[in-house]
Amino acid sequence: MALPPYADPLERAWHRIYQVICALVFVFLIAPILVVIPLSFNVEPYFSFTEKMLSFDPAGYSLRWYDTLLTFGMQAPEAPRDGAWFADMWANSTWVNAAKNSVIVGFWATILATILGTLAALGLSRPEMPWRRTIMAILISPMIVPIIIIATGMFFFYSNPCGIIGIECGRLTSTYLGVILAHTILGIPFVIITVTATLSGFDQSLIRAAQSLGANPRTTFFKVVMPLILPGVVSGALFAFVTSFDEVVAVLFIAGPEQQTIPRQMWNGIREQISPAILAVATILVVISILLLATVELLRRRSERLRGVSPH
Amino acid sequence: MADSALLTTADGRPLAQALAEAQGRARRRAFWLVVPLLLFVLVSFILPIGQMLHRSVHHDGFSANAPAVSAWFAANPPGTQPDEAAFAALAQDLRAMQANRTAGEAGTRVNYVLPESRSLFTKTARSAKDMTPPFKAALLAADPKWDDPRVWAAMRSSSSAYTADFYMVALDFERGPDGSLERVPENRQIYVYLFVKTFVLSGLITLICLLIGFPVAHLLATLPMARANLLMILVLLPFWTSLLVRTTSWMALLQGEGVINDLLVWIGVIAGDGRLRMINNQTGTIIVMTHILLPFMILPLYSVMRVIPPSYARAARSLGATSWTTFRRVYLPQTLPGIGAGSLLVFILAVGYYITPALVGGADGQLISNLIDFHMDKSNWSLAAALSAMLLVGVLILYWLYERLVGIDRLKLG
Amino acid sequence: MKKTLILSTALVGLAFSAQADVTVMSWGGAYGAAQSEGHLKPFTAATGIATVMVDSDNPATPIKAMVEANNVTIDVASLEYADAIRLCDEGVLEPIDASILPPGADGTPAAEDFLAGAVTECGVSTDIWATVFAYDTTKFPDGGPVTAADFFDTTKFPGKRGLKKGAKAVLEFALMADGVAPADVYATLGTPEGVDRAFAKLDSIKADIVWWEAGAQPPQLLADGEVVMSMAYNGRIFAAQVAEGKPFQIVWDGQIYENEMYAIPKGAPNMEEAKQFIAYATSTEGLRQQAQWISYGPARKSALIDPLVFNDGKTEMAAHLPTAPENMKNALESSWEFWVDRDAELNERFNAWLAAG
Repeated sequence: MALPPYADPLERAWHRIYQVICALVFVFLIAPILVVIPLSFNVEPYFSFTEKMLSFDPAGYSLRWYDTLLTFGMQAPEAPRDGAWFADMWANSTWVNAAKNSVIVGFWATILATILGTLAALGLSRPEMPWRRTIMAILISPMIVPIIIIATGMFFFYSNPCGIIGIECGRLTSTYLGVILAHTILGIPFVIITVTATLSGFDQSLIRAAQSLGANPRTTFFKVVMPLILPGVVSGALFAFVTSFDEVVAVLFIAGPEQQTIPRQMWNGIREQISPAILAVATILVVISILLLATVELLRRRSERLRGVSPH
Repeated sequence: MADSALLTTADGRPLAQALAEAQGRARRRAFWLVVPLLLFVLVSFILPIGQMLHRSVHHDGFSANAPAVSAWFAANPPGTQPDEAAFAALAQDLRAMQANRTAGEAGTRVNYVLPESRSLFTKTARSAKDMTPPFKAALLAADPKWDDPRVWAAMRSSSSAYTADFYMVALDFERGPDGSLERVPENRQIYVYLFVKTFVLSGLITLICLLIGFPVAHLLATLPMARANLLMILVLLPFWTSLLVRTTSWMALLQGEGVINDLLVWIGVIAGDGRLRMINNQTGTIIVMTHILLPFMILPLYSVMRVIPPSYARAARSLGATSWTTFRRVYLPQTLPGIGAGSLLVFILAVGYYITPALVGGADGQLISNLIDFHMDKSNWSLAAALSAMLLVGVLILYWLYERLVGIDRLKLG
Repeated sequence: MKKTLILSTALVGLAFSAQADVTVMSWGGAYGAAQSEGHLKPFTAATGIATVMVDSDNPATPIKAMVEANNVTIDVASLEYADAIRLCDEGVLEPIDASILPPGADGTPAAEDFLAGAVTECGVSTDIWATVFAYDTTKFPDGGPVTAADFFDTTKFPGKRGLKKGAKAVLEFALMADGVAPADVYATLGTPEGVDRAFAKLDSIKADIVWWEAGAQPPQLLADGEVVMSMAYNGRIFAAQVAEGKPFQIVWDGQIYENEMYAIPKGAPNMEEAKQFIAYATSTEGLRQQAQWISYGPARKSALIDPLVFNDGKTEMAAHLPTAPENMKNALESSWEFWVDRDAELNERFNAWLAAG
């Protein structure tokens, strides 16, 4: 922001201070995320920078914590790294298994949340929608209700889902399906918010135009509506995925030992021994979030360009 | 007006009717798109929470395991002195409890209303098998506490499965000897204190977020678009980064031998043995939660500030207002919707926070969610449900306010 | 249509994927590792039954919640003695028929081989462990604390203290530090004045306490310099001392020891395998294998005949066990009679005390 030419010295001074404050806040926002990256290459099992690291001595850095991520939990981590070692790692490494679980749960939760959420957002965006605000409030509430309340409610319900109608039909706790359903609920608000936001700039007359040109509802949806809201749908889906990928409380309550996800393992690690291996996981996750953010930003710009809306 | 003036469609139906039908169809079509999700949310989200909250008023741990005493309470009005029949019923129930291993369960239920009475049940149940009439004497010989009217008042209030006792406990009250409500002694008061603390800390965090988020949002809103977008990444990246990752990083930064303390020692601000305690206490909770919630403040502020035309401020200045007056009287009022939206959102999210306090809060940085978890963990489900219900009511009121003042559809993510 | 079919089959498959592993819930960290190495891995090697280890701050709490919610995912739990008895009383645990326990390696029948009290209705002891306190020797070059009272003396030994976040062991320790003889601890703690006295002692250092919940935390707190001394489980400190070479010193004065029990929650998914596991793990061989990884005393006489050596091949374990005579000079055996009845009440008081700033 440029100062107006009529600013007096006091205002100039204040403007400097203001810029410094903003810079400090940006540091506060970003430093904690970046600091884990170098720390994860620490050769020592410490949580701070060592002398060697500060003098950029290569001996102060190593990939040992990344190696730990692969070998921890393996039957024979010391074996020569051939096919058998790799198979052992793929089957038994605690973190590799956690990553597989996170991806499985995240993938299905995202698919479910995106399909259901996009359909609902299409309905909610129609001007004729009855009880619009109430329904919207209900669908967004999983984002607002404290997670501990959601998780405890689901714990009882999923322990005996048919108990409410007085029969036994197995349980959803300690199953992948249970965790997936829980994460779907948590991801839905994000899909609704992003897709309705995209639809709010959507010109409804485009639908009428398509229909007047002879397109049936199906063609109209896939040829006109879908391409325009796709960026919103994709960023909603990414939000839903990240929500699932980062979720730990519902997993703590619902998942069994088979469904341990990355956040669940991190939770264990943080509460017990915070070895730099946790920082290595953190670094990988930071890189993933940078990639996801970049994707969302690109999508947002593309969507705005397509709809002819000026940015912001 | 004659009937002929009524507008009709091409096929001769009255236009108003045709329009109403078409609108009805459109309403139904819109509604059907929402139905699958609405059902899903109702069944796997609203219903489980309702079911859990039901536990806050329902607990049959005593009534189901002490049927004889419960029957005696039902037959005799409150205030009746327990007679030999009552003690005989109690002895009978205690024997059954020992056989079915339910003394702990029944005792736990009474223990909610009257602390330190669980052991009374488990201990007496172990010797109940050999008791002979008169039972009053036998029970008093086992433990004189059985003569305490408080014990009988507590058992009476436990003898029906539906109860408001758990709300009483969650508000730090207990029942006196005559059945009236009393505050619990100070060294056992905890719930009200934690609720107040949760709201105060959330308020404090909201305030800090507002104070440091406001200048940043203003900067982003007034910079040229290209640079603003670049800086915006710095706000959005934390938003997209795993909560556990951010918590981990803060642990690395804040701990005694962590990066910040090392830095401060190195530049000589503090001595090596005077390292600051910034984690595993309230300070840790505040710092880390502020970091995590800050983007939720900056984004709504930014979207409001972006559309404030700079010409108002210029007009104020040209009319002779100082820069401070311009800010206070012209700019600030226009940002109020953003301040309201951001503050409410941050406050709502802060009040229900669990993970961060659990990991970096130590003993005094715990919030009400952590206490709910503690009671869940200890199988005190009814109490956890009562605390949840109270927290939920608070959050829903705030949510309702948000919906009234800001509007759910104005919620934006990035 | 075909796609939906694949999707739904995949989901159903995920929901009902069967598992036949024995899942053991224990305390994590060095102790969990010792059980993994000493019990789980050899059991799998011997029987072909796969095993999974799950960590918890204290397995007693999730086990109870699981059984009451009818949602048991655990086959074997490692429990403190008082919890094993209390949960057995409450019907949370499955009774274990003592006849499944094999005789000692020297042929002694199991009933005579186990130490007194080591086999109960629902649990079988794996080891005897102790709650002690330990300090970082580098923080006290002129000599560290030697008595329980020194733990509470912040003028003589300044610095933060780590303490377990819970009433059990903490209250006893506070009383012993306040001069109560081990024999009188539970009588004192049985009176309201005794409880007040214990809390008053804790009050004297409240501002200097860093609370921990998982047993793996104290060695970490000491290593990170977050505290100068900490209450801890002796085996965790031993592991840090010997295996990682940390400069820690255990103070045995005021130690509180008890049996650790393996037990099976009611409704465990793999009941038979769980019993097989417990019989294996508490055999002479199983107990000795675990004792090669952590300094907890085996609960069978036959396991103590030959000297125990740590897995580094040189460290003799005898002097590091809670039951070594020189470690028992001012020691207290944790009373299950006391904690079975008073656990809930005293923890309630403890929490209120903790939350009140």
